[in-house]
Amino acid sequence: MDLRLAALFPDLLNLYGDRGNVLVLQSRARRRGIPVEVLPVGLGHPLPDADLYLLGGGEDRQQALVAPALEALRPQLEAAVRSGAVVLGVCGGYQLLGHAYYAADGSVLRGVGLLDVVTRHPGHRAPRLVGNAAVACVLDGVGTLVGFENHGGRTWLGANARPLGRVLAGFGNNGRDRTEGAWAGTVFGTYLHGPLLPKNPAFADYLLRLALRRRFGDVHLSPLDDRWEHAAHVRAAERAGVRLRGA
Amino acid sequence: MPPRVWAALTAGKLAAQLSRAFRIGGGTVVPGRVARWLAPDLLRRLARGLPHGAVVVTGTNGKTTTARLVASALRAAGLRVVHNRAGANLPAGLVSTLVLAADGGGQLRADVGVFEVDEATFPRVAGELKPRLVVLTNLFRDQLDRYAEVDRVAVGWRQALQTLGGDAVVCFNADDPQVADVARDAPRSVAFGIEDVEAGRETLEDAADVRYCYRCGVPYRYRVVFLSHVGHYTCPACGTGRPRPAVRAEAVRVAGTSGFTAELAWDGERVAVLSELPGLYNVYNVLAAAAAAHALGIPPQALLRAVQATKPAFGRGERLWWRGVLLQILLVKNPAGFNEVLRALRAEPVRSLWIAIHDRTADGRDVSWLWDVDFETVRESKAWVTVTGLRAEDLAVRLKYAGWAEDRIAVHRDLLRALEHAVAHTPAGGTLYCLPTYTAMLELRALLARQGVAVAFWED
Ligand SMILES: [Zn+2]
Repeated sequence: MDLRLAALFPDLLNLYGDRGNVLVLQSRARRRGIPVEVLPVGLGHPLPDADLYLLGGGEDRQQALVAPALEALRPQLEAAVRSGAVVLGVCGGYQLLGHAYYAADGSVLRGVGLLDVVTRHPGHRAPRLVGNAAVACVLDGVGTLVGFENHGGRTWLGANARPLGRVLAGFGNNGRDRTEGAWAGTVFGTYLHGPLLPKNPAFADYLLRLALRRRFGDVHLSPLDDRWEHAAHVRAAERAGVRLRGA
Repeated sequence: MPPRVWAALTAGKLAAQLSRAFRIGGGTVVPGRVARWLAPDLLRRLARGLPHGAVVVTGTNGKTTTARLVASALRAAGLRVVHNRAGANLPAGLVSTLVLAADGGGQLRADVGVFEVDEATFPRVAGELKPRLVVLTNLFRDQLDRYAEVDRVAVGWRQALQTLGGDAVVCFNADDPQVADVARDAPRSVAFGIEDVEAGRETLEDAADVRYCYRCGVPYRYRVVFLSHVGHYTCPACGTGRPRPAVRAEAVRVAGTSGFTAELAWDGERVAVLSELPGLYNVYNVLAAAAAAHALGIPPQALLRAVQATKPAFGRGERLWWRGVLLQILLVKNPAGFNEVLRALRAEPVRSLWIAIHDRTADGRDVSWLWDVDFETVRESKAWVTVTGLRAEDLAVRLKYAGWAEDRIAVHRDLLRALEHAVAHTPAGGTLYCLPTYTAMLELRALLARQGVAVAFWED
């Protein structure tokens, strides 16, 4: 058993320590005896065959560079998802997984449409949605998600996307409807940016199991010593103003 | 003087006395808030009273040290200097500095002002300070929760530079592509940079530091990298590259956290400097000050005296004895700065580390940046590590995934308890390296002051 993990445009989409997610998935698989191959995908390169694809966040300029490159990979990406591959988009990466991003300057970036969501930037006079956040996640066994969000765009979900969770503290997708993130099948997007997985080990393992299922069916992941991860999780929730048990 | 301005000055001075008397803060911000509220144009009004004008130092890293060097060189050249030395670099802090330097009639007891200015604040105060000289140190990712995007800061700088007077000079870091791009077209500019390629390395350490040509979007090609994305670069597509610096550092030799030697060259001049400031990043600070001195017409001897006299400030490499152990305090604010501290430490026999991570507003509330620090480069270290602060656990997780030995890491949320623990794990007479974020540094300083060490920050 092994895992193939593709990081899409890591030199452009790495605004907030996004590499933390790669390191954590890699380490958590390896400690269960599952070797991991990390495949960085550069601009203009073909999409490698992988079980899990990661997209991080970027500034407007980087995102504009990435959008057409991602668009070109759309057919391969769709085929990968049909084969059961997992896709996780964080912040800017989440926006590009949707249909479109309407920027503050009136320009439009087309997304790949793997998630039925649309993002609009309400203009630079509207406040950015910034702060610690905690979310009650709807995925089985994941529990709370904690992290930090920092986005100008407001995302709205269509009928074919479900929210990743309900906002306990913070802004979430748009600061209005108390939803955070989106998912459909094996595709996930969230505004909890950067190193999301280090302090949400349950979500990291959820994604690992789902990605391994593509080629190996249901896999049991032995528990790891997550004392520090849980402490960081509880502390992040506390900084968001949410008290979790074990605090 | 309009009564309103007199009232603002008087109230500001009173606020300073009160905040000292009652020990609320260092009196570096409150007077400015009060005075600015009463007279919003006070900054413009007071700055106009500086016969030799204002010098502004801005950028992500190195502001405090560079401004101290410039102020010291100006003093060595015989000028009276007003300087926000305590590092209060937002508008209220700038006003406080000037209010305290003015007499009751609003006359400044100074010839020239040296102001370190927060990089996002600079565009807002450039028009009021009307600086005759601006020093741009570098632009790194820092506190993105506040500045939103590095590119946004660069756009603000570009606009601010256009509002400067025709005689104003811009000193800028030629080795930082984004800074060079902002300053390239300034009518009067002095570029500075490190020439000695031996002092650098060949490749970028982390993909996060890749910089794309601001003209055509292609990654720059680097011949040498000194720190983060700072080095000798060219765009392979359009040929845009590092401007040739007028003020250069050659023969650079860094001795870990204890200082460096270098030769500085400009026009026909060449001077050898010996500095106690730690790490390669301080070569840039000295270089920036040399460029400013050159632009201001300060004689090289005055600059040399300033460099030799400038000891590391609190949190910038200062060493203090506490309970039989030497504490060396090295501020860590952002990935670029943290990486440079780690690089300097690699040259030292590190036995014990104390790292304090807070997430207050002045630290950046988002601690995601810890994952952009290359802790992997020092994982073979056998040092004891004590982590503390409001986000101690985040750092502990980061170090764990960087491959640091878990059984050598201890987590204590309380700063003092953590410090005691770290001291207990430092050999007597040895050095404990203390790496705090900004507000953790202030807390450490206050904590040591209560123990009878160090000085209160307004006395610095
Ligand atoms: Zn170019």
